Parts: sequence; C-alpha cells; structure tokens
Amino acid sequence: MGRLSVNLCGIPLDNPIIPASGTFGFGYEYAELFDINCLGTFSFKGTTKDPRFGNPTPRIAECTAGMINAVGLQNPGVEKVIAEELPKLKKCFHKPVMANVSGFSVPDYAYTCEKLDKEEQVGWLEVNVSCPNVHGGGMSFGTDPKAAAEVTAAVKKVTTKPVIVKLSPNVTDIVSIAKACEDAGADGISLINTMLGMRIDLKTRKPVIANKMGGFSGSAIFPVAVRMVYQVANTVKIPVVGMGGVSGAEDVIEMMLAGATAVEVGAANLVNPFVCRDIIQQLPAVMDKYRINTLSEIIGGAK
Amino acid sequence: MKQGIFEIIENTALTESVFQMRLRGDTSAITAAGQFVNIQLDGLYLRRPISVCDLDGDVLTIVYKVVGKGTEQMSHMHPGEKLDVLTGLGNGYDLSLSGDKPVLLGGGVGVPPMYLLAKRLIGQGKQVKVILGFNTKAELFYEDAFQALGADVTVTTVDGSYGTKGFVTDALKDMDYTYFYTCGPEPMLKAIYKASNTSGQMSFEKRMGCGFGACMGCSCKTITGYKRICKEGPVMQKEEILWED
Repeated sequence: MGRLSVNLCGIPLDNPIIPASGTFGFGYEYAELFDINCLGTFSFKGTTKDPRFGNPTPRIAECTAGMINAVGLQNPGVEKVIAEELPKLKKCFHKPVMANVSGFSVPDYAYTCEKLDKEEQVGWLEVNVSCPNVHGGGMSFGTDPKAAAEVTAAVKKVTTKPVIVKLSPNVTDIVSIAKACEDAGADGISLINTMLGMRIDLKTRKPVIANKMGGFSGSAIFPVAVRMVYQVANTVKIPVVGMGGVSGAEDVIEMMLAGATAVEVGAANLVNPFVCRDIIQQLPAVMDKYRINTLSEIIGGAK
Repeated sequence: MKQGIFEIIENTALTESVFQMRLRGDTSAITAAGQFVNIQLDGLYLRRPISVCDLDGDVLTIVYKVVGKGTEQMSHMHPGEKLDVLTGLGNGYDLSLSGDKPVLLGGGVGVPPMYLLAKRLIGQGKQVKVILGFNTKAELFYEDAFQALGADVTVTTVDGSYGTKGFVTDALKDMDYTYFYTCGPEPMLKAIYKASNTSGQMSFEKRMGCGFGACMGCSCKTITGYKRICKEGPVMQKEEILWED
C-alpha cells in the first residue's frame, strides 16, 4: 500500500485519480501522450445499448472557468464497444477499468450492464442516471429517487461487479436520491455530473449550443461538487467518488476531505491532456505540505 | 500530438483584423499542411484552434483573424511572451493525390493553410495554381507570399475592388487543373464542391472542445461514418462529404 492508494468498492487503486467519462474516450488517444497506467483507473466513454451519433453541433460553449457540452452520448453502442474499443483499450491500459453506462429505459441499462459484466477488464460499472443532454433518458432517472433505485436494482441483478451510480446535481435533494440508490443495492455513488447550463450568442441572439442547453463543467462548479459530495458522504455508508471541477492536487485533497474515496477529473483533461498525470505526480508534495501521511486517512476528514 | 511552450517572435497586423504570429518551439509533431495547433490563453478556459500557415525548422507561423475574445487577446501579445500550444493536431492534406497541376483555393481566413501546402507541392515540382478569395481589397493578404513561392496566383474580391470580381469559383471555371485543395467558409466549400470537375480535399471548421479527439464535441456525419473534425479531419475527401443541410 502506497501513500496514495485507496480501495474503491473492494478493488485497490494505486491512487484515487480517475479521468471522468466523456473526457477520456477509451483511453488510447491519451496513451499516445503518456503512460495511462499511472492512473488509478479511468471511466470510459458513456456506452448505450444502441449506437448513437448524439446531438447536432455546435455541442460546445465556453464559459468563465468552464464549458458547456451537449454531446449527447455519442458512442458506437455496447456491441461495438466490446468488439472494437475494449481490445484497443486493453493494449494501453492494464488495470481494471470503469465502464460507464447510460440508457433510456430500465431494460436498456440492464442489457448494457449485463454485456459489460462479462468483460474481464471491467472492474466497476458506473451507471449514469444523470446525463443532461438526452431527452427522455439519463437524467430523468437521476432526478427521481424511485427511478434511480429501480435502475440500480435492475443493474445489480445482472452483475457481480461493483455498481457505482452517477448522480445529477440538477435536483432539489441529492441526499434522498443517493440514499435510494444505496438502499437498492448500489456499491458506490459518484457525483456530480454536469450542471444544466446555457449560453446565448449576443451577435446572433441564438443559443450557442444547437441543443440550446447543455452540461456545465469545469473549475467553476467545484464548490457545488464539494458541497454535494459532503452531503452525500455524510449520509450513505457506501464509498463516494467525487467529481466536478477538479483540476489540481489540492482540489483532490479537498474532495477527499469532503468524503470522496476516489476523485474523477473531467473537463480539465480537455484543456490540459496531461492534467491527471501531473496531479498524481504533484500529490506527494502537496500531501507533505498539509502533513498528510496517506490519502486513505483523510477521506471524510472535514467535520 | 505534443504539448510545448512556444515563444512569440513576431505578431504583426496584415490587415485591420488579420494578424501573423511567428512562434519558436518544438514543431516536431507537425507532420502535414492543413493540421492545426491549439493555444491556451490566460483567463480563457478552452484552447483556441488555429491552422498551421508555415513551418520553418522550429518556427511556426499562424495567421489568425480577430473574431472573439481569444483572438482579440492574441492580437495584443508581444514578442518574448510565451504560449502553451498543443501541436500536430488533425490529419492535414494528402499531397499524394494532387496530380501535376493542383489548384489551391483559400477564402478569407482559409488562406493561411494553403501557404504551407503550396510550398510543399511546389517543392515536389508541381505546377501550383492558387485562388485567393476576399470580400474586398482591404482584406487582402499573402498574394505576394504565394507569388514568391512560385505559384500562379489569382485573387478574387466579391466587390471587384481588386483582382477578378466575384467568388473563387468564378476564377476556377476556366482553369485547367488535376485536383483541388481548399479551406474557407462553408458556403464557399459547398460552391467548390459543385463547381469543381475533379476530386479534391476540403478543410472544415467546427467549434471544438479539446481538439485532440477526446470530447466528441466536433463530430460530423460523412459517407464513410462519423468523424471528428479535430481528429479524422479537419480535411475531408470530396467523395466522403455529407452536407448537413
């Protein structure tokens, strides 16, 4: 056990740093830049039962200290992910990977999870009930405790791997949703997905994003994420994966003090593709600065 | 792709809103004309993708138009200042299909990537014709630069204030060419798509997130499947293009 190691739902991680789904593809673009085996793990591109092109473009809008995306779960569908993407991933990443799954119905989620459950390299299933960019799916499951619990229970039935439910911040009471997922058998909770946002172009007087609204991410949302991680971690007994605006080693420590067992890094990868590697390299010095011996001892340390 | 710190060695105005910036740094990841770089700017979250105009050893030239906050900020930078740049992004133009007499069409701020392309084609002994399209004479730049390379240059202006009056396609009509390469606004690309009587390659622009294929922000549909403008593009073969509307 190194100073940085943590245990996420029974699987050891060399460090708590996890590139978030949708910002890291299936890993191989980044493997051209650095050895991605330095990561704790990564959460691969959100996968659905059927192939999806996603939303029309423009899908991206810049904001102060962040960005909005409305990609809309573009992915080749679970069959192609297994046949084409995972073999490529396996060549450059040799640790258990987190499979991120989205769906438009409870059976959709179960179908995709059951397929991915059979993949040896998949360590965890991260079940996304919080995508703000697709109508009639994703987020509608994550904004209602009953629906979130139903998805959780259905997925748990088809897999023996740890199930981490990824929650939306676009709700009135995130704690009740996290609790409902825990009661339905979730092994972990990850949060927060992006916040619903919008930009308007002053010249054209039209929304910048073709889909009008999208998910706001980046360092601007960090305080909201810390607050929600803190609230959820103080309610559930299962591990919490914290994310939302994390862009440096000090953010990671703050997220862990709020109650995160591991920390996902999202939008920051798109600006600095080396950010996760850099954070891992910087963590020991930052830990020394704050007199932290091991990261696992600070989880939930903020009282 | 590489990340590097580049030093600005020149940043001069070519027209009222178009600037030429020369940067010194590690250019080894840049492999083809038509590729782009992605520049980080203080206080702005996303990087700014700008096409490669010229490459000479460790000196990279970009030519950009001030269209928003990022390019505005760039226009006020001075020699000696440093920029964090991702280089070697995108596929770039495939020179092997050019034939002996390729024509290169650049429209407005689509002119810059044609420069390195012309330089390389001429270096291969090709007879290169260049058509540069602008709205008006005041927007003209790089005519002399292309002439100095030894290209046969035609300039068109929409208002007729300089060169041939009309669009680049008006100049293309009577030309004898083996292949075309182009970069410019989408209406121009569409017009060339229809007017050209050979195969060719077109460079597209889209709002990007990362610029290196991770975020799927700039996807488009083509005859041969979904592509990312930043990764499998920005250059597309004429035959694979599916116009969105």
